[in-house]
Amino acid sequence: MSQTPYERVRLARDSRRPTGLDYIRNVFEDFLELHGDRRFGDDPAIVGGIASLNGNPVTVIAMEKGHTARERSARNFGAPGPEGYRKALRLMKQAEKFGRPIVCFVDTSGANCGIGAEERGQGQAIAENLMEMTTLCVPIISVLIGEGGSGGALALAVADRVWMLKNAVYSVISPEGCASILWKDAKKADVAAKSLRLTAEDAKALGVVEGILSEHELGKEKFYRRLGRLLEHELGRLLVDPDLIGKRYERFRRIGRRELMS
Amino acid sequence: MPLINFLKPKNELEEGGRTAAPLQQDDGEPEKKCPNCHKEIPVSLLQARNLVCPCGYHFRMGARQRIAMLADRGSFQELYRTVSSENPLDFPGYQEKLEVVRRASREEEAVICGRARLGGEDCCIFAMEAQFMMGSMGSATGEKITALFEYAAKNRLPVIGCTVSGGARMQEGLLSLMQMAKTSAAVKRHSDVGLLYAAVLTDPTTGGVTASFAMEADVILAEPGATIGFAGARVIEQTTRKSLPKGFQRAEFVLDHGFVDAIVERNSQKEYLAKLLKLHKGGWNHESDAV
Repeated sequence: MSQTPYERVRLARDSRRPTGLDYIRNVFEDFLELHGDRRFGDDPAIVGGIASLNGNPVTVIAMEKGHTARERSARNFGAPGPEGYRKALRLMKQAEKFGRPIVCFVDTSGANCGIGAEERGQGQAIAENLMEMTTLCVPIISVLIGEGGSGGALALAVADRVWMLKNAVYSVISPEGCASILWKDAKKADVAAKSLRLTAEDAKALGVVEGILSEHELGKEKFYRRLGRLLEHELGRLLVDPDLIGKRYERFRRIGRRELMS
Repeated sequence: MPLINFLKPKNELEEGGRTAAPLQQDDGEPEKKCPNCHKEIPVSLLQARNLVCPCGYHFRMGARQRIAMLADRGSFQELYRTVSSENPLDFPGYQEKLEVVRRASREEEAVICGRARLGGEDCCIFAMEAQFMMGSMGSATGEKITALFEYAAKNRLPVIGCTVSGGARMQEGLLSLMQMAKTSAAVKRHSDVGLLYAAVLTDPTTGGVTASFAMEADVILAEPGATIGFAGARVIEQTTRKSLPKGFQRAEFVLDHGFVDAIVERNSQKEYLAKLLKLHKGGWNHESDAV
């Protein structure tokens, strides 16, 4: 491995990396964006809608961080609030109704941390997604493209397959947060990054993700085409699986089990 | 933002162990100072009132004491007692921490599960333990809760769950995070076969536990004054640089915003839950002669 885990964290956060909208625009065709949670508002940190994947209808939901300072601010730095998670769930239920599979792109440092988010039930919104996603009867593939920040990321990643880009990270807490809580020293973030086992290779070894996607030609046409083919192939297989929901249950059921003493 | 939250300072009752420990012990009866009314309350009185001060302040209560309060006498049978985590990621300092916590709390994990009767009704019950790493959710915590919901679904029993948690257990990294999905899947399966799950949220219920099984119950109760939220208040203050509204993330605030069904004082919880269980037992009696 060429980089340390903390260097991977920095790479995952790099604002030049392709963001959710880049994937939506380049992997799919005919994207129709659908706004709003039908409850309170529309969250700019989550973009969702319907699109075509090589001629097949899919529902696509992506966290969007933006590239420039202005975009990032307009997108709340990719930190979704309850409205974002509720919009995502609405679109997932819609996908279920029409029998089309779901592709999620995950990229967030974590769910929005604010007064309004708490007042409108951030915890409840995430909990509801986790619960409902376990029994959606259409295939779900989640791709972690940058930061997989804790429960805010998991709320779009209760999927049949979870893939990570080589330099994406997935963690229960940011290395800085972990270091400041445990060792009262945010500067020990590099130690925390190593201890948390948050790289794609770690996540795969822990059985949390199925696949690691090479970043060769990241952001180029070839890269997106390759990803599109992978998604099409895997979704096609999942669509004919008669025990999709049972296997999704087992996928999460077994995690952490072998580590227990009894 | 992290699922592991900044916690309120421990209340004094916790420092001596699982039950109320006296602050002062002169010649007379040991007393405890209430942080709300500032009066010295005899510990025997507190114990008799399930650690509720006459002023209404709810001291934190240990998991076993809570189960003893709710379950009918002698009915509790513990399940999965030996399930425990052993530092799956080799996280620095975690093994030592676990050993210290196990000795101090005399528990193997942050949750106690079992089956019991409550007001004569059979049910499954779990209670989280604040003394065990502030009820943080590790793989064993998630495993026990998941197994309990599966057991309850199989045996067609309702589940009563009492939560107290600072959130996910960061020393178990992603394995801890995944327990949110795992427990949610089990709650959903239990729910989908038409069984009742009622949660009692106690101080504090935050982070990954709020964002999973605490908020997934059919009926969500809260103890008066309990902190209930996702992000820690201090983190929110630092991130937003705004002052927080009065009573922010208190049970009463959460009730006002529509995220819990009722606030139930501790000494009324058993009666409330017994009624709730009875109301979910069987359906209408269509053979009644009543007109």
